[in-house]
Amino acid sequence: MRGNAEAHELIAPGSLAAVLELLACAPGEWTPIAGGTELMVAHAAGRLDAPKLVSLWGIADLRFIRTTPDRIVIGAGATFSDLRAHAGIAAELPLLARAASWIGSIANQSRATLGGNLVNGSPAADSSPALLAYDAEVELLSVRGSRRMAYADFHTGYKRNALAVDELLYAVHLPRRFGQHIQYLRKVGTRRAMAISKVALGATARVVDGVLSEIRLAAASLAPFPARLYQTEAALQCQIVTAETIEAARQALLAEARPIDDIRSTADYRSQVAANLLKEFLLQSG
Amino acid sequence: MSECWSRIHITVNGEDRTFHVPPMKRLLDVLREDLHLTGTKEGCGEGECGSCSVRMNGELVNSCLVPVLQAEGASIETVEGLANAGELHPLQQAFLACGGAQCGICTPGMLMAATQLLARNPHPDMAEIREGLAGNLCRCTGFKRIFESVLAAAHGPDDAANRETEQATHAR
Repeated sequence: MRGNAEAHELIAPGSLAAVLELLACAPGEWTPIAGGTELMVAHAAGRLDAPKLVSLWGIADLRFIRTTPDRIVIGAGATFSDLRAHAGIAAELPLLARAASWIGSIANQSRATLGGNLVNGSPAADSSPALLAYDAEVELLSVRGSRRMAYADFHTGYKRNALAVDELLYAVHLPRRFGQHIQYLRKVGTRRAMAISKVALGATARVVDGVLSEIRLAAASLAPFPARLYQTEAALQCQIVTAETIEAARQALLAEARPIDDIRSTADYRSQVAANLLKEFLLQSG
Repeated sequence: MSECWSRIHITVNGEDRTFHVPPMKRLLDVLREDLHLTGTKEGCGEGECGSCSVRMNGELVNSCLVPVLQAEGASIETVEGLANAGELHPLQQAFLACGGAQCGICTPGMLMAATQLLARNPHPDMAEIREGLAGNLCRCTGFKRIFESVLAAAHGPDDAANRETEQATHAR
């Protein structure tokens, strides 16, 4: 069934303060909409369950990328075009720049926001493995104040997250300490443009005298939400890359992964491909 | 007329337009139904095919995914704005000369995506053209001639032919 524009109220208060006030005064009543690349698709299909929408598009206080001595802070309203055009992200967080280039097409990247990608919470979200591999933190904002938490703890279930009803995702904080790390990100999908991933793996690690440390492994589409692979990381921490450690890590990943069968792929294929991606990353690290 | 409707001002192809519509109405529908600019086509209606591509404040967007309230105050460019005083835009001329249009449904979106690409990168190579147009699907599968049309518009037809020859040589 086709969506009916008149079935939805949409307002644009125009400032961050006004949006937060609205969310506080009527908790749960208003659904924020940023670039619309997810919610407008639901609307077109007649399955947008949000009678009242509040627009975040055009709010300058949400659309920024700031660099401080120890971090790059990206406003939730920054688009993936903004991320791709930012020299600091390209230089220091290349996995995030690459993930941004995978989002839909140019026309999607100019509207889709980093905050929207995270709050939407798709298990296949393109930006998530890079953010998890970079130890990102998210900053949540409400009229009560702001709080920060590890992005790895933000998703709490399929399409569920840690936001309280009166909170907005305000920004993503990325530490600037990955210059010496091996970095890896690969997405496997049906075609290069527009395709939602079957599976994706992101990784960062330090390699000193052949020994792996500070390893971060993160996957899309291996669990109900984008998630770190903690057990697989543990199998690799302080190890030297050998055929044996690669095999042990593959087995740890296969044990830890919780993929599903769906229209895009099968659980078995996802697990096997993710294990192969892990091997590819480790061969680059060794 | 509902009290929830919004009064929207946008600039379309350089002309100021004001209208009264539901704020969630898609920019695509406003262009076609309220402003009678039917050059912009609807393909998939879910941001996958690029047929409804227009430029909004200098950025390429899928107009099927833009609630019109979010276009308030914006400058919109559609395919109708490409030709100037009856003279086809160089991209349109190249599409004609190189066979870049078959059934025509994807053509307005292809032209707008190509316009966006050339605005950012006036002399793209074939790989950059393919990326710039990757969000636009041609149901006739006439991609090769579409890419050649953009290459011809960006570099001139002779240069385009030379590049094709070079690529064919490399492929061997």
